[in-house]
Amino acid sequence: MSLYAVQKLIYQLNREPQVREQLQQDMDGLLGQFELTEEECGAVREPDIGLLYVMGVNGQLLMHYAALRGFEWNAYIEAMREGERKYGPVRTGLYTSAGSRS
Amino acid sequence: MSLVFAGVCSHAPGIVGRKDRADPVLRDGLYAAFERMRLAIEASRPDALVVIAAEHFANFFMNNMPALCVGMADHYEGPIEDEAWLGIKRTRVPGNAQLSRTLIENIMQDIDLAYAQEWKFDHGISVPLHFLTPRYELPVIPVNINCQGPPLIPLKRCYEFGRALRRACQAVPERIAVIGTGGISHWPATPDSGRINEDWDRAFLEKFIGNRRAELLAYQDEQIWREAGQGGFEIRTFIALAGAAEGHTGNLWYYAPIPIFAVGCTVAVMDLA
Repeated sequence: MSLYAVQKLIYQLNREPQVREQLQQDMDGLLGQFELTEEECGAVREPDIGLLYVMGVNGQLLMHYAALRGFEWNAYIEAMREGERKYGPVRTGLYTSAGSRS
Repeated sequence: MSLVFAGVCSHAPGIVGRKDRADPVLRDGLYAAFERMRLAIEASRPDALVVIAAEHFANFFMNNMPALCVGMADHYEGPIEDEAWLGIKRTRVPGNAQLSRTLIENIMQDIDLAYAQEWKFDHGISVPLHFLTPRYELPVIPVNINCQGPPLIPLKRCYEFGRALRRACQAVPERIAVIGTGGISHWPATPDSGRINEDWDRAFLEKFIGNRRAELLAYQDEQIWREAGQGGFEIRTFIALAGAAEGHTGNLWYYAPIPIFAVGCTVAVMDLA
């Protein structure tokens, strides 16, 4: 259920201005409201877009979180590629590179 | 008959948000097709526009995910995304709660669905409206088909939803235009963003404009995922539109793969005459 919690946090960040405000003001407090592993907390905090992608965060959520954290389009795409190089293939979910779908 | 227009179009966020990075000839061709569609909708003199869309976690999440949902409010707001990122200013869009309710009650005779009295549009609706109702004067009735969080509604149920929507439209005096909006093959929000399976798209579009029900419903999600990307699940919106236009065929007004828009950009219209 942990990936679910990461995605729920990002869903709320994308949707609610107050949650975005809390991310700015009290990130640890915000992260504490969700049942996240240490790896997940680190990936959200840094942010490590590549790791979040490899964890299986739905791309439609992650795309906006990357933009929120200042990733320009090409940098966002490259961050996902770097995540695959660094952490291996996507662990779960629908949003994977085409070559992994044989 | 009060269904006065039926068509489909793409909605990818890059269509507006990354417009300056596209091949200008392809982009302008797509924009011209959108404008042609806008004029055709206007000429049909609709009282409301039903938008069958596939949203991306703007309103619905896996804590309570409806397979099908219809908006039932007098106004909506969108886009939810950052205005600069999407290239569209946030605005209020008129709805028609009473008309929504009448349609929903009728559709429910055949199809179970959820309704929502609040709805924030994301690019899935805001991009089409940007081109098709740029003054935001026409009341919109949003429909969402869950194409993001499996399990997903089977394709045959999407077609049946379209048929039920058509019957509901025929039962009201208002003139109603319907569009379906989604991608065909695409791999958005992955490192393969920009990949498009043009052959797959053209084969699908041939079946769509021919409104060949059995062939449209023969697609399988596992096959779609491998050959057309997870974005291909959005063919559900096209199939629902085909159900709404059952018995009619259509015309492809525009198709071109535009990689920076991350989708094979499409505008097609059913001939309801």
